[in-house]
Amino acid sequence: MSAEILTAQPDNQAEAHEHHHHEQSFIEKYIFSTDHKMIAKQYLITGLIMGFIGIAMSLLMRLQLAWPDQKFWIFEALLGKFGTDGVMDPGIYLALVTIHGTIMVFFVLTAGLSGTFSNLLIPLQIGARDMASGFLNMVSYWLFFLSSIIMISSLFVEAGPASAGWTVYPPLSALPQAIGGSGMGMTLWLVSMTIFIASSLLGSLNYIVTVVNLRTQGMSMTRLPLTVWAFFVTAIIGVVSFPVLLSAGLLLLMDRSFGTSFFLSDIYIQGEVLAHQGGSPVLYEHLFWFLGHPEVYIILLPALGITSEVIATNARKPIFGYRAMVASILAIAFLSTVVWGHHMFVSGMNPFLGSVFTFTTLLIAIPSAVKAFNYITTLWKGNLQFNPAMLFSIGLVSTFITGGLTGIILGDSTLDINVHDTYFVVAHFHLVMGISALYGLLAGIYHWFPKMFGRMMNKNLGYIHFWVTAVGAYGVFFPMHFIGMAGLPRRYYTNTNFPYFDDLTDTNVLISVFAFVTATAQLVFIYNFISSIFYGKRAPQNPWQATTLEWTAPVEHIHGNWYGELPKVYRWSYDYSKLNADESDYIIPGQDFIPQNIPLQEGEEELNH
Amino acid sequence: MTAFLVIIVLALLAITFWQISKVYKLAKPSGDDGDIANDKDNQKQGKIMLIFTVFLYGLMFYSFYYLSKFYLPEASSAHGDSYDQLMFISIGVIMVVQIVTQILLHYFAYKYRGKKGNRALFYADNNTLEFIWTVIPVVVLAGLIIYGLVSWTQIMNPQQDEDTMVVEIYAYQFDWRARYAGQDNVLGKANVRFIEGINQLGVDETDEYGKDDVIVNELHLPVNKPVIFKFRSQDVLHSAYFPFFRSQMNVVPGMITEFGFTPTTTSKEIKNSEYMIEKVRHINELREERSNDLVAEGRSPLDDYEFEYYLLCNKICGVTHYNMQMKIVVEEEEDFNKWMKEQQTFGELLAQQ
Repeated sequence: MSAEILTAQPDNQAEAHEHHHHEQSFIEKYIFSTDHKMIAKQYLITGLIMGFIGIAMSLLMRLQLAWPDQKFWIFEALLGKFGTDGVMDPGIYLALVTIHGTIMVFFVLTAGLSGTFSNLLIPLQIGARDMASGFLNMVSYWLFFLSSIIMISSLFVEAGPASAGWTVYPPLSALPQAIGGSGMGMTLWLVSMTIFIASSLLGSLNYIVTVVNLRTQGMSMTRLPLTVWAFFVTAIIGVVSFPVLLSAGLLLLMDRSFGTSFFLSDIYIQGEVLAHQGGSPVLYEHLFWFLGHPEVYIILLPALGITSEVIATNARKPIFGYRAMVASILAIAFLSTVVWGHHMFVSGMNPFLGSVFTFTTLLIAIPSAVKAFNYITTLWKGNLQFNPAMLFSIGLVSTFITGGLTGIILGDSTLDINVHDTYFVVAHFHLVMGISALYGLLAGIYHWFPKMFGRMMNKNLGYIHFWVTAVGAYGVFFPMHFIGMAGLPRRYYTNTNFPYFDDLTDTNVLISVFAFVTATAQLVFIYNFISSIFYGKRAPQNPWQATTLEWTAPVEHIHGNWYGELPKVYRWSYDYSKLNADESDYIIPGQDFIPQNIPLQEGEEELNH
Repeated sequence: MTAFLVIIVLALLAITFWQISKVYKLAKPSGDDGDIANDKDNQKQGKIMLIFTVFLYGLMFYSFYYLSKFYLPEASSAHGDSYDQLMFISIGVIMVVQIVTQILLHYFAYKYRGKKGNRALFYADNNTLEFIWTVIPVVVLAGLIIYGLVSWTQIMNPQQDEDTMVVEIYAYQFDWRARYAGQDNVLGKANVRFIEGINQLGVDETDEYGKDDVIVNELHLPVNKPVIFKFRSQDVLHSAYFPFFRSQMNVVPGMITEFGFTPTTTSKEIKNSEYMIEKVRHINELREERSNDLVAEGRSPLDDYEFEYYLLCNKICGVTHYNMQMKIVVEEEEDFNKWMKEQQTFGELLAQQ
């Protein structure tokens, strides 16, 4: 529909379609934009700012954990009355834990990653003029922005922000008497997350409708790039599971504000018995993890999608096992909704239920393993181009394997008993979803920066960024498994009350130093990102010589993405290094890739879709 | 060890600053390649990939060699042996996979680094391969699942007979209490609504079963006697974590949760085990160093450490979550009985009032 309008000649129909062709005002173009490319950039920049805050918080925690009895002026500078005389307040430590988790999981790796690249790539890679609804897309971004502002403003509340962990389990999160952060700070957290969920749902519905309806001619589902498959399935998981978190949040809000007892029962606190009776925190845990676990894949699948695309392009090879990759995405998506109980093996739920969740959880290792093997095979006999995006993608596969493997321990109900809620868990999920997804995000930024900003990022800075980050991330999280095996609980402000942990101090210092080094490397990235926006080299139309449709669109951003007609698609998106019949040269002589909009050549057999 | 650490740290910092000092130089435009990797980059990055692989394996080796000593001592409970064995097998399996896949990944990245004129192999599919690496995880995981589930069922459904001791573990911000069921081995009814004055655990004062209950703030357990814990919380979620007994269960307000185990090693035995003697010696060395620093600063030195079993809170529960612990003593049955005789029953406590 929009296609007809935008392929019209601007000259003779200028009046009829004035709305589409007039000069956009600053506000229309940069602020309340309905153009998916601009919205993608808005998501990215908001996400990066939130990421900066989230990572800064983790550094404060690492400072405290490595040198618990030292004073640091930075605590007083940043935490104010919660860091008086350079000593961190134990309550604010928990607030940092909580907000760091919330920001990184939702604001950076859900909105920042999926929001950015779903918006940028879905229309461009399926050959559409824009999202199905540009307006909803704009609303989605601004709701996200609003929720970010509310989350940040909760940091300035008198009694401190939410402090019950990112999972905000009641009763701790429900009772201001139990912890200061459960007052106003927690209310703001709930409001912010409610708006965030609305934003996420609008976005997801839009992505789904767009992928289903707006694929260009010839773009069958089996010709979609794996990125789009990943975004599409991610959106479906989001639509299925985010509403459940909303319901948990609303019930919690009612328990807090209207005296209901969904999650509260038999509580005596601060010298008085509360009236609540009959609720159960375990119900909340079920509702929370019904989102919470799929959330891991909401974060991870887009990163894996990006990796598939980047690895294939830079290996100059088709992704190995396209169909198996799609099947794995679908299998992971389905299984992700039936494994939430593995967060609750020792919650007091029936042990038989624990057995069922162990079974489903270990099943999910199978499609994950298939994906990892397929990535490795894609590298085999490739002609690897080590652009920074490629390095980050290889890094992702590496951390995904390392972190995923320890999931076999945590997913086993028996083994979980003694490592549950220890640093072993922290190490596991940071590697498998934190670092891996961040690598995916960074790979995506390096790869599609030319598409977003029309300029190239500096590759040498990219190399420094990658190698320091790669060394640092492993340096932080690999040794961390071992302090977890010592039985060291997570979310402890200090370990000095247990002399048994005294010999872990050196390792904690080592971890912190790696953390600071890694964080420093991110400054290089920020410098590179900002300076490249303004001073980067002009990007050619197809810098990585990729096959997907976004590289057939002009470098400059135009409303509607393509001049003239939309491209037609004749082949899948992985025709790299395909040879002609007598194997003397590539199908297109001298060019090792065939864009999707090139028709089948004479004597060429269409394969693999 | 500390010296080694300091060297690593300094080296890393030096590398970081050295690299960052090059930022400006590198930020300058680099030739005419338009910031797209060229043959030189591919060569160089491929080699760095190899160096990184050495680092990664070095880190893994270092962690296993130096840090695996952190792993908890042999389990002090009957079911703990099978736990440790399953853990050992699982770590073995995942490390085999880790070592093989990481080598393949990084070696392929190095070996197939790009060169102009090289031709990548158009290799898009192979059902046999896909089949193989679907089936291998299935078989391995099936083994682990079956082993795991058998242990899980045994651990979570402990045999209970009249010999099993019943103990309530009571959690509140920010401490623990233990309530023994007493002579009749039945706990008196309890609810937070009965909390009043010295009746801090809210035991029903009219319940005859409660009269002989014994409430203490240090958990004593007779060795080799099965015990079943009933967990009750007064305010928020807590988690009762007994690391040395491979046991953990959340403590949930509004419901009673359970976990049972049989302690097999007395406190005295574990203190005299080779593992613990070495560990405590090392910890005390560190504490002495630390104490010297503290004294130099005019602060009071640290006490010498002696190992005792402990129970700790492992679910975020409030500001002082990090210091919610209870000492556990495992002793011979006669010592336990002697200790128990010295304790006041709930009935006696009320009578005092």
